[in-house]
Amino acid sequence: MTSYRPDALIASDISAYLTLHQNKSLLRFITCGSVDDGKSTLIGRLLYDSKMIFEDQLASLEADSKRVGTQGGEIDFALLVDGLAAEREQGITIDVAYRFFATEKRKFIVADTPGHEQYTRNMVTGASTADLAVILIDARKGVLTQTRRHSYLAHLLGIRHIVLAVNKMDLIGYDQSAYDAIVADYRGFAESIGIRDFTPIPISGFRGDNITGLSNNTPWFAGPALLEHLEQVEVDTEADRAKAFRLPVQWVNRPNLDFRGFAGLIASGTVKPGDAVRILPSGRTSTVARIVAMGGDRDAAGAGESVTLTLADEVDCSRGDVIAAADAPPQVADQFRATIVWMDQNDLLPGRAYWLKLGTQTVSVTVREPEHAIDVNTLAHVSAKTLKLNDIGVAEIAADRGIVFEPYADSHDLGGFILIDKASNATVGAGMLHHALRRAQNVHWQAMEITREAHAAQKGQQPRLLWFTGLSGSGKSTIANLVEKKLHAMGKHSFLLDGDNIRHGLNRDLGFSDADRVENIRRVGEVAKLMTDAGLIVLTAFISPFRAEREMVRAMLAPGEFFEIFIDTPIEEAERRDPKGLYRKARAGEITNFTGISSPYEAPENPQIRIDTTKETPEAAAERIVETIMGTWSPVI
Amino acid sequence: MGFALPSSPLTHLQRLEAESIHILREVVAEAERPVMLYSVGKDSAVMLHLAKKAFYPAPPPFPLLHVDTTWKFQAMYDLRDKAAKAAGMELIVHHNPDALARGINPFDHGSLHTDLWKTEGLKQALDKYGFDAAFGGARRDEEKSRAKERVFSFRTASHRWDPKNQRPELWHLYNARKNKGESMRVFPISNWTELDIWQYIRAEGIEIVPLYFAAPRPTVERDGLLLMVDDERFRLKPGETPVERSVRFRTLGCYPLTGAVESEAANLEDVIQEMLLTTTSERQGRAIDHDQAASMEKKKQEGYF
Repeated sequence: MTSYRPDALIASDISAYLTLHQNKSLLRFITCGSVDDGKSTLIGRLLYDSKMIFEDQLASLEADSKRVGTQGGEIDFALLVDGLAAEREQGITIDVAYRFFATEKRKFIVADTPGHEQYTRNMVTGASTADLAVILIDARKGVLTQTRRHSYLAHLLGIRHIVLAVNKMDLIGYDQSAYDAIVADYRGFAESIGIRDFTPIPISGFRGDNITGLSNNTPWFAGPALLEHLEQVEVDTEADRAKAFRLPVQWVNRPNLDFRGFAGLIASGTVKPGDAVRILPSGRTSTVARIVAMGGDRDAAGAGESVTLTLADEVDCSRGDVIAAADAPPQVADQFRATIVWMDQNDLLPGRAYWLKLGTQTVSVTVREPEHAIDVNTLAHVSAKTLKLNDIGVAEIAADRGIVFEPYADSHDLGGFILIDKASNATVGAGMLHHALRRAQNVHWQAMEITREAHAAQKGQQPRLLWFTGLSGSGKSTIANLVEKKLHAMGKHSFLLDGDNIRHGLNRDLGFSDADRVENIRRVGEVAKLMTDAGLIVLTAFISPFRAEREMVRAMLAPGEFFEIFIDTPIEEAERRDPKGLYRKARAGEITNFTGISSPYEAPENPQIRIDTTKETPEAAAERIVETIMGTWSPVI
Repeated sequence: MGFALPSSPLTHLQRLEAESIHILREVVAEAERPVMLYSVGKDSAVMLHLAKKAFYPAPPPFPLLHVDTTWKFQAMYDLRDKAAKAAGMELIVHHNPDALARGINPFDHGSLHTDLWKTEGLKQALDKYGFDAAFGGARRDEEKSRAKERVFSFRTASHRWDPKNQRPELWHLYNARKNKGESMRVFPISNWTELDIWQYIRAEGIEIVPLYFAAPRPTVERDGLLLMVDDERFRLKPGETPVERSVRFRTLGCYPLTGAVESEAANLEDVIQEMLLTTTSERQGRAIDHDQAASMEKKKQEGYF
């Protein structure tokens, strides 16, 4: 066995050794395989052979191997990497774990992801940062459904280097013909999904064959051994340097009035002082003045480095903008086609607003009903109305404003995104942008001659949306009507949208399922937004039970224009009042999906105004609302 | 660190540094009130250095927080105050008033000492100042349960960590959104190994506590650990007499709980040399891990870093 810890040099000339090792490069890779393919054993073997295992760990490994090992008392390398207590009991890894080892040429970060059926999300997570994927196959079983799935996901995530590690060769007597048959079988499949190239290697993780060096057991195999290959392949940051310059601005550094630095991680290309740059989405141009660093300015920098730039001109540039090569800027669009991997227990809700984070940009988006989902086992396109946990689908995404982006195939940093639930803040999905939709590129906003400011100024007021939310029968419409009367008496221009004038017209095609409730509120939000553009003070009275939709409407409007008013009436009280007899019908089972009884109401957490109708009369409440709203008025200039 | 020209591949230290700086900036951009937990060890020293680089020429825009037990080595207190001052950062030192009042100490109270001073003390300090994001210097290579922890690790309003309910982290995208009362622990040097840390300290000339280097120090041998008698509070058992030995520390904590190793390595390169040739792992000198298998995972769920 080759030793990867050159003890002799360490002992004789530590300084030379350290200088040598300071110039190592870094490769990130992912291992994927089915539950019993020997993935943990292979990683344990790599750690062991590169001497990352210390004596005390080895002692506990030997003890554990005898106690719970699966290798008949021999060292069970898998025990080295199976981390969490719950997993140890089940004997499977259930999450992404990162391991580290190094050889003389490289440091390696291994993402260890489970091959278990329901964990697509973990593999996608591990694959997103990998330069290379090791696809493990049990030589006794050949290419399995899971092999196809892992290969598809690795390819989908844009991993450029694929290693096919045919493991457990010792258990088939190092049979070359069996190995060749597996490789041929895999090649046919790989080509069918667009994997142009892969590197097959016959190994035994348990016995150590073809891991650090070529094995005598496979004289027919010309190489390379696994570690040799891992040491040689080109890492992604090298390839990214050849592309056009892009710096997503992460933080604007302003220690004083004389310094304004734009900090971020360079996504692609290289930069040096004097380079002409364009700032997206504004399109303004400038020139790089300095690359500022502690210890002295830099002459140049490139992809994969965190830098701070200053520009020659005083141009507007903030977090979320992208500084790019002036002659090759990325695109800006607000509608896209994307592949989405769903990662949450709660299904995707088409039409609901989610946060989308891409690079340093966070925008509000809605996802349309998927065009199709992909069965990861057969790779067939199947129809889907939504996406469930671990589903993969293709769908259109519409953002509330333009995003600076590149197709994922060109840039992982500007084409990869996550979706965040607005209420729970969970990361519910991840995806890859493919291209902007033509309609988004070609339909430009008509530049309006009469601006919304002009509309508002003519009315002598500032546009507002007073969003009343609460249970059925809580008193929303009653109070909203009183507020509107008061505003009218003050000479303000207002309009009240409620269930009666919306449900009977614009939204008469919608029912009361969760999806329809989402669409109902989306339309109300859009109408209210147009009315605020016209300068009006809009009042809406809808149950609007979901926090996410209320937040969606808030995000549609200009900052400060949305006022959430929570008409807080306990359900017992609302049911006692029951002005329309609806609770009685709901209790009798005559109405389904009734909020508070058979459908949830998510109360606002921080409403601007909360009205407790058991303590305050409608008149007093309306008075307080008007006072609060007027108090936030700033004089129209 | 000498930077290579853009035409040559980045070294592993350059990539690790870039990633850590990205994480530090992302938190500052998205959190309301970040803080850096500063324990004065070598990992903290590297993390602080990275923060200085991330925000240069401004000082890092957050304070340092030392959750103190009153039982650290004196040399650690000295460097702590010096380093904070040099970085131009506010230093907040928190002592759990309950532990102080009860006189909790490592001699009488065993694991209660860590629990009250560190675990409870940390929660108190985060609540007291309303910090919603705390940088910590933990590394994934330290211990098996850490290997699966996210870079952005969410804690409930009661500071608990749920290993089954973590947010997936893809590409360089970190989801820093949280609800009121929730907080996050962020580990910018997650992907560094012990050797990376030492190499970076050497390459960047980062000052670390002299206890990492061998020197003659008064020690006693107890329960298989070599303990340093750092001040007069050390309770000698009958028959114990401090013996001067040439020792250094591979990890630093409360002095009565931290084992030294006998060594002649008095400078950085000798220490790295010894580390590379050594055959036992870093955490072996910490009494906290000896309790039970998966003890760290349990402590983390309870809110220990």
